[in-house]
Amino acid sequence: MEPINHVAGRAIPFGRKNVDTDVIIPAHWLKTITREGLGKGAFEAVKKEPGNVFDDPDYAGAPILIAGDNFGCGSSREHAAWALLDMGVKCVIAPSFSDIFSGNAFKNGILTVALPQEAIDRLLEVAKTDQIDIDLETQSVTTPFQDRFAFDIDPFRKHCLENGLDEVGLTMAQNDAINAYEAKAKAGLPFLARTPATAA
Amino acid sequence: MTKNPRTLYQKIWDAHVVDTRDDGTCLIYIDRHLVHEVTSPQAFEALRAAGRTVRRPDLTIAVPDHNLPTTARQDAEGHLLPIADPQSATQLAALRKNAPEFGIRYIDAIDREQGIVHVVGPEQGFSLPGATIVCGDSHTACHGGVGALAFGIGTTEVEHVLATQTLLLKQSKTMEVRVEGQLGAGVTPKDVVLHVIGVIGTAGGTGHVIEFCGNVFAEMSVEGRLTVCNMAIEGGARAGLVAPDETTFAYIQGRPYAPAGEDWDKAVAWWKSLATDEGATFDKSVHIRAEDIQPTVTWGTSPEDTSAIGGVVPAPEDFADASKRDAVKVSLDYMGLTPGTRLTDVEVQNIFIGSCTNSRIEDIRAACEVLKGRKKADNVKWAIVVPGSGLVKEQAEAEGLDKIIIEAGLEWREPGCSACLAMNPDKVPAGERCASTSNRNFTGRQGPGSRTHLMSPAMAAAAAVTGKLTDVRELVGANC
Ligand code: SF4
Repeated sequence: MEPINHVAGRAIPFGRKNVDTDVIIPAHWLKTITREGLGKGAFEAVKKEPGNVFDDPDYAGAPILIAGDNFGCGSSREHAAWALLDMGVKCVIAPSFSDIFSGNAFKNGILTVALPQEAIDRLLEVAKTDQIDIDLETQSVTTPFQDRFAFDIDPFRKHCLENGLDEVGLTMAQNDAINAYEAKAKAGLPFLARTPATAA
Repeated sequence: MTKNPRTLYQKIWDAHVVDTRDDGTCLIYIDRHLVHEVTSPQAFEALRAAGRTVRRPDLTIAVPDHNLPTTARQDAEGHLLPIADPQSATQLAALRKNAPEFGIRYIDAIDREQGIVHVVGPEQGFSLPGATIVCGDSHTACHGGVGALAFGIGTTEVEHVLATQTLLLKQSKTMEVRVEGQLGAGVTPKDVVLHVIGVIGTAGGTGHVIEFCGNVFAEMSVEGRLTVCNMAIEGGARAGLVAPDETTFAYIQGRPYAPAGEDWDKAVAWWKSLATDEGATFDKSVHIRAEDIQPTVTWGTSPEDTSAIGGVVPAPEDFADASKRDAVKVSLDYMGLTPGTRLTDVEVQNIFIGSCTNSRIEDIRAACEVLKGRKKADNVKWAIVVPGSGLVKEQAEAEGLDKIIIEAGLEWREPGCSACLAMNPDKVPAGERCASTSNRNFTGRQGPGSRTHLMSPAMAAAAAVTGKLTDVRELVGANC
């Protein structure tokens, strides 16, 4: 996973509330076999609306998405995070997120920033013309107009994002404990610790 | 280790803790991992991208099931026939490539051991009592029938298990579902579990692992227990368990992946120690009298929408809860049913006998008891029997069951998930009904617009013969 310290660039001023994972990536995209390429299907229904922000060339490849309350509700599909990543989004700013979505986003190295609605309204305004800066170290979102919004983040999540550590990597760092368990199981529960394939 | 009395679930949990974190989350060791084509491609892709390997390929088996057609898979020369749907073909091809590349045993579409992942595990002796078993599929609970702690996981967790052979988990609460007494004639394990879900509701087991206790499960075959645990997830539970006993040991001994020799003796000694201790408490308990269970069917679009076959379609007003009333209204509309209609007056056009719930040899035998010497009704347009694995198919054919099925006018197919979720070409047409032995009657589950009635294999066979939902006891008398 890519470490995240600082995200700066244009932000897609989407602003919509209760965006569910079906809106982020519709179910018919779930039959794929890769995480890549899902960006094409992201916000498919929204993209059919004339004048939508996703088709605006100003925001092509923007690393930030600004949305309304309860972003990522609905089905638990991890494809939603993969689709955002594939679009180039590294950070989503919204007043609140569904737990499952923010968990999936974190697992895939996307930073979710929760800010009060007033701050969101201001950022939506700025995003139309200028870029936005998110600094993970100082936990702040800033604009070229001296706006500064502080955000909270779980220290463990912050550490993982800053160092590009995913859960698999973290568990792999506990290799000694897993080795010790396996050695113990080999002696105590040999019938579980091996199969005929191992024995052969 | 604590001396406090513990439940079966707690004992299995305790034996698998690699590490405990401050917040109570545990790193749990996984003994067996089953992989199929739908939920694994992105996991393998992520491993490859990060340059990671599979920690214990020897504790992992890969087998395709969801997308495979149930019609012939080989041409006369033994070549694999192409898969028509390009997305299905891509998922299947990905597994065929990924598994061997990561050193995992791959059972191919045309191998005799191929089958639905939850049929293959126990059948191969890969699923063992006291083991932790995972698969990227919610019906993994099934393996609890042999006394394993088994549950479904998502794609990121599949990757986590492949790379580390562990999972980060929080302990679940425990729930006892105790069924005691004497089951009546014609009442099968499927009727028991449908009845249980009707009683506890689809959220009844949420946050819990269910242990099925009482003489009814103790006297049940392992295949019956697999059917029951398979549907624990429909009762909201993460997993279902039946304590391993002599019946379990006899079922497992001699299977290809089962322990042998000294390992076998050690295994049996440990398995015997796993039973829930006297005095251990469950967070929740439900007691059901076996005598209250009738042959059961569903009428709605949730597995909790059950009724004894002698009942009628309920009215929304019959339900106290307002949100359930609304759900029933929508569901009856979708199902095309009028309140007050006798269930035995409901006609069906399709029959599906199969799925990881009911596709084992005992299920096929039970269906054949009813089908023998009878013919499918004319209004039944499509009726398929899909064995759970190539080995079940062989066994059924050795017993001549395929002939009974074909003579009755039903089709005898190749193993796979089939019309359980209609990811392959086996679909129930929109607006038509299906008497199905699968586990989910959700809207569109068996194809867009399909209407599913869940039931046991014997009941589905009875529906095939009469063309309506039918009380199997009227066909085979009280001695079935
Ligand atoms: S048979 Fe149905 S429930 Fe079972 S694994 Fe296949 S699709 Fe899932």
